[in-house]
Amino acid sequence: MTAVLVFLGAAVGAPLRYLTDRLVQSRHDSLFPWGTLSVNVAGSLVLGALAGAGTAVPHTVLTLVGTGFCGALTTYSTFSYETLRLAEQKAWFYAVMNVVVTVVAGLGAAVLAFGTTSALLG
Amino acid sequence: MPASMTEPIDSDVDLRVPAQRGEPALPVLGAIALGGGLGALARYGLTVALPTPAGHFPLATFVTNVSGCLLIGVLMVLVTEAWTAHRLVRPFLGVGVLGGYTTYSTYAVEIHGLLRPGTVGVAFLYLAGTLVCALFAVLAGVRVTRWIVT
Repeated sequence: MTAVLVFLGAAVGAPLRYLTDRLVQSRHDSLFPWGTLSVNVAGSLVLGALAGAGTAVPHTVLTLVGTGFCGALTTYSTFSYETLRLAEQKAWFYAVMNVVVTVVAGLGAAVLAFGTTSALLG
Repeated sequence: MPASMTEPIDSDVDLRVPAQRGEPALPVLGAIALGGGLGALARYGLTVALPTPAGHFPLATFVTNVSGCLLIGVLMVLVTEAWTAHRLVRPFLGVGVLGGYTTYSTYAVEIHGLLRPGTVGVAFLYLAGTLVCALFAVLAGVRVTRWIVT
């Protein structure tokens, strides 16, 4: 049952990452990978909120939405590959900023959401 | 132009690559969904195989993310430089399997969980250790594959 929930959540999260990335890229023409940053921050926000809610979230929801959906919506492989490609194209500032902004915004989103739901439900 | 200048920046989708501009047809989304589900199952399997006690270094996520980064480096060189890959190969393996396998949200929440008195050092070791190893892994994947195929 757990495996089915992980699979189903991810089967929605992964295409949503791809569609969000396309939408974000179609709105501007920057070399900076805003699309991947967006999904990583959004996924960290949702998972942070689930983690902060603690036992108020049923295990099935945590598996479906947390492990499956958020896990597949967010990505480390694309983030690393983009950082390498920016560096290979000598876009050093963008490469460094991609790492800094992804870490700060992703962690910030998780901390903020965790704090909010644990204050409301904890 | 060297190959390293003509490849996409974003391995999921890069609208600078003409072939990817009109891409989101149902077969592409289906390949991503199936790949994402399979990748996530592999990630889940690793968390079962390598359980992390509270306050310890999250080894399962670390191994997942670093190995996924090595593989995306290998894959992207193969599909952009070495082969003329079928149009569903990158969506299935890159966007789907490896995107679903690796995760940022769990990484962020695990770091937050380690930011407690006594485990702050582990939090920073995990944060920086994953970053450094993931970037070296993707670099190694790209360079070694380029060296083999060219």
